[in-house]
Amino acid sequence: MRPAGYLLFLALLPLVLNDFWLTLVATRALILGIIALSLTFLATYLGVVSFAQATLAGVAGYTIAYFGPNTVGVGFELPFLVSIPLALILSTITGGAIGLIARQSRGIYAIMITLAIGVAFFYFTRQNYALFNGWTGFSGIRAPEIAGVSLRDPAALYLLSLGTAALAMVLVAGFVRSPMGLSVQAVRDAPGRLLALGIPVTTPIVTAFAFSGFLAGSGGILNIWYQERISSFSVGLGPIIDILIVSVIGGLRHPSGAFVGAVVFVLLDTFAVDLIDRERFNTLIGAVLLLIVIVAPNGLQQLAKDGFGRLRQSNSNATE
Amino acid sequence: MITGMGGHMTLFLIVTLNGLTLAALYFLAASGFSLIFGLMRTVNMAHGALLLLGGYVGYSVVDTTGSWALGVLSGGLAAAFAGAIVQAGVLGWMQGDELRQTLASIAISIIMADLMLWYWGGLTYQVELPEALSGGQRLPVLGVGYANIRLALMVFALVTGLALWFLIQRTRLGAVIRAGVDDQDMLRALGFPINRIFILVFALGGLLAGMAGVIAASALSIAPGTDLQFLLSSLVVVIVGGMGSVGGAALGALLVGLAEQYGLAYAPTYGAVFTFAIMVVVLAVRPQGLLGRAEK
Repeated sequence: MRPAGYLLFLALLPLVLNDFWLTLVATRALILGIIALSLTFLATYLGVVSFAQATLAGVAGYTIAYFGPNTVGVGFELPFLVSIPLALILSTITGGAIGLIARQSRGIYAIMITLAIGVAFFYFTRQNYALFNGWTGFSGIRAPEIAGVSLRDPAALYLLSLGTAALAMVLVAGFVRSPMGLSVQAVRDAPGRLLALGIPVTTPIVTAFAFSGFLAGSGGILNIWYQERISSFSVGLGPIIDILIVSVIGGLRHPSGAFVGAVVFVLLDTFAVDLIDRERFNTLIGAVLLLIVIVAPNGLQQLAKDGFGRLRQSNSNATE
Repeated sequence: MITGMGGHMTLFLIVTLNGLTLAALYFLAASGFSLIFGLMRTVNMAHGALLLLGGYVGYSVVDTTGSWALGVLSGGLAAAFAGAIVQAGVLGWMQGDELRQTLASIAISIIMADLMLWYWGGLTYQVELPEALSGGQRLPVLGVGYANIRLALMVFALVTGLALWFLIQRTRLGAVIRAGVDDQDMLRALGFPINRIFILVFALGGLLAGMAGVIAASALSIAPGTDLQFLLSSLVVVIVGGMGSVGGAALGALLVGLAEQYGLAYAPTYGAVFTFAIMVVVLAVRPQGLLGRAEK
């Protein structure tokens, strides 16, 4: 099976890559990809582009920070076996709630509402000290240890992220084939017909958003172990736009696009210093986004697929 | 005479006046955003960047020439010009593909924000006020002091709102814009140069944003991040008030501006929640916004 082959290859990467490539490129791309997957999933199967995915990842991250070991003295410590499920439950519920708020909105309206929710959450974390420790946020967060090995260890975090990413892809594939997943796609294609058939559209929309909250939450947990801190800037417009850029670069037509986009984004982010002034990274990434939107609105994943398809076609034409 | 009113009442009055000032600014910012959306169905995510550009240009002009009026005018014109370029150069080519336009305008706003940071730096700017507008007034009856510029701002918003209403309801261009909102295809079929009208409306929206930027820089201050603040407020204002309606923008701005100031004064750590709650309630009760028309 091809996916298993890829996975085995990726799982062996820690043997050949040094810590810089493994942690700063591969692990970072995987975590970013998981969070972007939550957006690509919504865009692909529900047809809604949500700007609240950084918020969902942030809810999980803040939960881990508040109920975990941190150095700012806010919150209290719970065992990881409690705080991890709690973080996932909270991000799932938040996802469902956002779906409930945005349920009657499609297209640009959904974008505006989710963006307003995301930015309102950013301002809220900045103002509130009791739960979010305001502007400064949480630092000194430690990942759990299993048998004396910290999950922050480069190889351990990489393998954990890889496993989570693979599991997330499997879950998405399973979800879209389930009866609920089919209803979600029906809402995307013909909400009016669904209502006429007597099938309520609210349940599929809320479920899809809740599932996307679960995906974003698992990425958010990995992200806080990777970063070892979280603050309002982790849920601000920067991360919101980064996630969107990753999804758009990869393409909003297939879940795997999220990881394609994440790899491209991380490589650009890491090596842009060599191309241009570090300070002007935003101009570069904005120009890349503009170029993708103008030239390849379906993203790199689709572009590559079309390219390969054409290549294959011309090959078979040649052999005929 | 006011001693009987006590500190609570004075605080309440000051907070209300601050809320009205903020509402006037939000209205100026959101009216252009709403106008563009109403006609073209384009969510211009670069609107905040246009506003900040206007503010910076206005600052630089006032700094060199010393004329505040010239600063407001040139800030508005610079943003109008930038808006026209955005529509003619990028967004116009994707007319009808709303998601693509939204993403493209996000890309443009990222680039603009970064280039402005490069040119003007990360400093906070405040435009120097002309003699007539600096200083304050002791308001009659209410008995609280208030800065002239903030009163002027409210007058300016009122005049702008009326002028916009007049333009849309009473002029030929306004009739064409309203016709475009109702039925774009028919307008095109009748031979109206709709692409040029789109560019013009984008410039008008930019003009409003740019002037709002200079005024924001005079009454408050501007810095990197101001673009985001006004983009968010414009979004919430048009979601609450209704897309594409001048009256809706005014009502939305009033609600959001007051809620934000009351929140700040009476529940400092939960202020953002008020704005958010208003939006959620409106969406639950009237998804098209308070004065908006339902989507076909």
